[in-house]
Amino acid sequence: MSKELIRLVNCRMDFDGETVLDSINIYFNDSEFLTLLGPSGCGKTTTLRIIGGFLQPTSGDVFFDGVRINDVPPHKRRVNTVFQKYALFPHLNVYENIAFGLRIAKVPNKEIDERVTEMLEIVSLRGFEKRKPDQLSGGQQQRVAIARALVNRPKVLLLDEPLGALDLRLRKDMQNELKRIQQQLGITFIYVTHDQEEALAMSDTVVVMDKGRIQQIGTPEDIYNEPKNAFVADFIGESNILDGIMRADYVVEIFGRKFRCLDRGFEPNEPVDVVIRPEDVDIVPADSGHLCGTVTSVTFKGVHYDTIVDFKGFKWLIQTTDLHRPGEYIGIKLTPNDIHVMKKSAYSGMFGDYSSYSAEYDEINDPDAVIGGEETVEEALNNEE
Amino acid sequence: MKSKALASPYILWMVIFTIVPLAVVAYYAFTNSAGEFTLENLANAATYWPTFLRSVGYAIAACVICLIMGYPVAYVIAQTGASAQRILYLLVMLPMCMSFLLRTLAWVALLRDTGLINTFLGFFGVGPLPLIRNAGSVIMGMVYNYLPYMIMPLYTVIVKLDPRLIEAAQDLGCDSVQTFRRVILPLSLPGIVSGITMVFVPAVSTFYISQKLGSTSDVLIGDIVERQFKSAQNPYLGAAMSLLLMVIVFISIGLMNKFTGDEEVTTI
Repeated sequence: MSKELIRLVNCRMDFDGETVLDSINIYFNDSEFLTLLGPSGCGKTTTLRIIGGFLQPTSGDVFFDGVRINDVPPHKRRVNTVFQKYALFPHLNVYENIAFGLRIAKVPNKEIDERVTEMLEIVSLRGFEKRKPDQLSGGQQQRVAIARALVNRPKVLLLDEPLGALDLRLRKDMQNELKRIQQQLGITFIYVTHDQEEALAMSDTVVVMDKGRIQQIGTPEDIYNEPKNAFVADFIGESNILDGIMRADYVVEIFGRKFRCLDRGFEPNEPVDVVIRPEDVDIVPADSGHLCGTVTSVTFKGVHYDTIVDFKGFKWLIQTTDLHRPGEYIGIKLTPNDIHVMKKSAYSGMFGDYSSYSAEYDEINDPDAVIGGEETVEEALNNEE
Repeated sequence: MKSKALASPYILWMVIFTIVPLAVVAYYAFTNSAGEFTLENLANAATYWPTFLRSVGYAIAACVICLIMGYPVAYVIAQTGASAQRILYLLVMLPMCMSFLLRTLAWVALLRDTGLINTFLGFFGVGPLPLIRNAGSVIMGMVYNYLPYMIMPLYTVIVKLDPRLIEAAQDLGCDSVQTFRRVILPLSLPGIVSGITMVFVPAVSTFYISQKLGSTSDVLIGDIVERQFKSAQNPYLGAAMSLLLMVIVFISIGLMNKFTGDEEVTTI
């Protein structure tokens, strides 16, 4: 079991009377790749800057290896940062940029040379030693910034949207590169991004933040498959979020029909948010569908079609590899695996198109039958594993 | 093409008021009153080398003091909030809106033996102190007059300094002194170079300050040039001295650019 390295306890941050962070409680494990994910203004960069020592929380404590470090200035923390837009020293060449921290630490020249060379090897920038930062491409500057931080052998590397300025292709390459470096060196990475795909692809743990609060902490799979509220469901991937009522354990009612699901522990008849991922929905001929609707638009996305289906005013996004043309009347099938039930939250009603939802579906003949009931819950749970 | 056309008034201006006068100066420097070519003027001018040396020495002293005084001011202005920044910048500029002669005369009124400061000190039985008519008062006059020329380019460079670079330095282990020495100072070098240039050039050729605030032993090369053109009626020697001074200025700037590394320096 990896040990805990950094802990934030009840951290709050106010700027000019505005609360940017609100009671943040979180811990970071050694050798973990943890991502702070959220839209701009959610407090993720503020959290990172508190860990780096560039900001002091208005209230709350920061612990490093069990020691309170609120008052420890950045240059005394065993943490290094890869800054947004790199912040390379323009007056120094690549070699001196990377050697900077070691020179400050008065490391002997011979060792500096070895360590800088080793770093140049790791970030594949051998031969670029004498270049100035402005003679490098964005991706090369990025790698210098990473090498400059890592050469100091920090316990923790903080990365603030490090790939934000790179084009898509380079970003994908650097994602793999970063993950490889992290695993090779076994250093804790705390990574800030607003790109959910990036977060899911790289992280051991994802922390979803919004409005200065942590919305959910979990593995990428947890966050995607079991979002805690409508915000997380909407921010991570595409989601159709519907109003539902939990009729009993494992039974949720949507559109006046009861569906078998895998969720339990709700009050009887508790109103809930139901998440259905667009890629989980199966399109079937209208006469065999659980719900039926009309295709209103189709967008080709390469791997799949984004198909918008209108269920009597409520529009769903369905991702399918088969083309269904606008105007086509289709049915859909849902299995218990496809349905995820969440408690109502402050975010309910803000995401997903369910304002114009109509409860009457005349296609449904037997409103009391539980759809998907032929599969037992235990089987469904097993299938999910 | 268009931009070149727009620059033409300036080019015309330059030709009429810079290139032509320069040619006239050069012509006078190498001729005598009979209009014949001669090197005598330059040879005579060179005999004033102690005065040249004094001028350069005073100007260097003024530059160093301006830099030491001006850098912290420029830094503080650059670090303050936007509205306060404008006010502070205006305060630096404000003295320049008043006549240079008037300001220098005001210092005479302050510093002379019967001036404000010595009168005030006299109430306590102190003085009169020798505040005027010495090297110190001349250099002080230069510093006072040319300090804004040091602060402005420094401010311009420092205000553009990316605060993330300072954070990066701290992140990599620098305390505040190391951050300044290794990041802030090297990056403000272009401002330092143009500040020094802008103070050095007028200081080395000034004449009025030394006449009003200095003694007879503080005569500067500018004073002698002025004398040649006015009382001595010898524009040939005056022109030769001016030419020599120009060479000294160019050499000084060249040396400075060499020491500071040519990439960083873009201004002369």
